[in-house]
Amino acid sequence: MRSLLKPCRLAFAAFALVALALVATPAPAQQPNSVNPTADAVKEDQLLQQLHIIGGRGTIPDVKSYNIEQPAGRDWRHYQEVVLPWVGAIAILGMLVVLVAFYLIRGMVRLESGRSGRTIVRFNAFERFVHWMTATCFIILGISGLNITFGKRLLLPLMSPQAFTDWSQWAKYAHDFLSFPFTIGVVLIFLMWIAGNLPARGDLTWLEEGGGIVGRRHASAGRFNAGQKAIYWIVVLGGGAMAATGYLMMFPFYVTDIAGMQTVTMIHGTVAVLFVAVMIAHIYIGTIGMEGAFEAMGTGTVDVNWAKEHHDRWAEQELAKGRSAAPPAGAAATPAE
Amino acid sequence: MARMKFLCDADRCIECNACVTACKNENEVPWGINRRRVVTLNDGRPGERSVSMACMHCTDAPCMAVCPTRAIYNTADAVVLHSKDICIGCGYCFYACPFGAPQYPKVGNFGSRGKMDKCTFCAGGPELDGSKEEYEKYGANRLAEGKLPMCAEMCSTKSLLAGDGEIIAQIYKERVVKRGYGSGAWGWKTAYHETIAS
Repeated sequence: MRSLLKPCRLAFAAFALVALALVATPAPAQQPNSVNPTADAVKEDQLLQQLHIIGGRGTIPDVKSYNIEQPAGRDWRHYQEVVLPWVGAIAILGMLVVLVAFYLIRGMVRLESGRSGRTIVRFNAFERFVHWMTATCFIILGISGLNITFGKRLLLPLMSPQAFTDWSQWAKYAHDFLSFPFTIGVVLIFLMWIAGNLPARGDLTWLEEGGGIVGRRHASAGRFNAGQKAIYWIVVLGGGAMAATGYLMMFPFYVTDIAGMQTVTMIHGTVAVLFVAVMIAHIYIGTIGMEGAFEAMGTGTVDVNWAKEHHDRWAEQELAKGRSAAPPAGAAATPAE
Repeated sequence: MARMKFLCDADRCIECNACVTACKNENEVPWGINRRRVVTLNDGRPGERSVSMACMHCTDAPCMAVCPTRAIYNTADAVVLHSKDICIGCGYCFYACPFGAPQYPKVGNFGSRGKMDKCTFCAGGPELDGSKEEYEKYGANRLAEGKLPMCAEMCSTKSLLAGDGEIIAQIYKERVVKRGYGSGAWGWKTAYHETIAS
């Protein structure tokens, strides 16, 4: 017991001495009475104004979680819930209204000189295969994509939530996986039709004359007229933009951060609804808008008179090469052995 | 009815991550998912602060608005919950969420990210309160048992407050008055369109 007391007494004496020294020494710099530990603390308002996204250091592998606040999500929500539905509805319904009105006023553009009975190859089997592969993918991608924006507004009230989810889940899988053939199709379209779709002399005249569908008289054109060239470039550039933004969305956060992902989805949505609107016009002209036009992508051959009326320069070239085929049906068309 | 909110008093948070661990344990959160995380701002510099962040259960929640299948809903206590049966894992809620709360079990894999998972304010999901199905999908339903979220209950410095918005705002106000400072209620302006004077 005694042996324990001694070091205790010693420690107490030392402590008292230090305490005495502290009291006796005048403080060199007087501490302020009230300490404000938050004087230089980070402030939320300040950070938000400086950075738009507040982020720091975290301890888990998920780097996305190091951001604690990004009020830009509210702007993105405004785009998703207000801007995109309106832009989409106006673009798509507006296009339908314009086309119905146009059809009622102008009607189907007829073949003025009637059918000659002789046909000429316009698109070979490979070209048609690529076109229809891309077109089929586009229609499914379009419907499944529009479902994301308009499904809950138009379809969900008509079905049970579980049925709508099942449909949307499959639509989403279709959207993801059909993007691959669609992208391949866009690349092939770009490569196989680039030769005929470069801007050329005559495009401006064609546009001035209003082309074959708006104007009354047939404007001169090569294999592709200026309107078709516009469709071609919309498909190539629009499809390219859809594919690029789409793959960034399919592999989220691999390339860009949250702000980038928001921009990417906004580009994808806006280009998509405009793309759909343009393609509705394309479908119109290729079907009920113009007599003899569907055959080009259907059977691959067009009537020689159609070719002369709509693509006079191309028709001349092809006929000069002797590519016109014999009348397909009825007439004695069996080639000599 | 109470209006449930979270409040992280950053002047008290010591970055111990007990809230994160408590949440993971209480809710059996799947591997790789963090419903709550602690982020340190200005790490290692003067004025460094740590904030524990999870779903803030926003007023007029952006995730709820953008969900294409309307999988996210509000409870009577203003807690934002979701149905994993209705979710298609599109990831839109993450883009809209101001707090980065929604999580997905898979990262990419051709867009099939699995069903979204996020903080439920320990209030389970649409299944029957306290049922086995509810626990497996969403974790504990402490609210139905009259208890508050585990993260706030476990907070070693009582930095993280969870409960009725008015009550926790009052507690925070009293703290600010008593100690003479407060760096504000993080996220309240964005989540609830209000601030607590400090």
